[in-house]
Amino acid sequence: MYPEPRVTAFVSSNFEPVRLHVKTHPEAMARFGANWTPTVMIVDADGKEFHRIEGFLPADDFLAQLKLGYAQYAFKTGDFANAEQRFRSVVDDFPKSDVAAEALYWAGVSKYKGSGDPAPLQATAEAFKSRYADTPWAKKASIWAA
Amino acid sequence: MDIQWTDDVDAAMQRAKQSKKPLLLDFTAAPM
Repeated sequence: MYPEPRVTAFVSSNFEPVRLHVKTHPEAMARFGANWTPTVMIVDADGKEFHRIEGFLPADDFLAQLKLGYAQYAFKTGDFANAEQRFRSVVDDFPKSDVAAEALYWAGVSKYKGSGDPAPLQATAEAFKSRYADTPWAKKASIWAA
Repeated sequence: MDIQWTDDVDAAMQRAKQSKKPLLLDFTAAPM
């Protein structure tokens, strides 16, 4: 995963990277509740967890997951403008990934949370009629349809 | 550009307070 230049650049630019081997740092595995490798977690400076990826993924899928987690970090820390932008970049850059539909859902929620205007929720429900219609995220968004 | 990994979680947390970046924790069994 990490030899891929896009992954390396994204990690280096946006995170404080920590790598822990299961044999030399079992205490860290226990501290963060990691029970399998590879496990990749996004946590804040206090150790609060925002995203977890368990098991190997090819580079494109891994990068999509990382970017989803980076967007969730912005969302859960109240930075809704950046969250929306980051979620939309997952949809735009990885439209066929497993997390694209989830990112589309949360992009709409982020815009709503940032503006207080419910129109983005309706727009998201409409968008799901033509994209990712068979996903659980389309079902969740269906409540917003006009 | 190689990733500048550390295995010092607490030092990385201190840096994260300054940089305002989240930590990426990679738990691995691969040779390092």
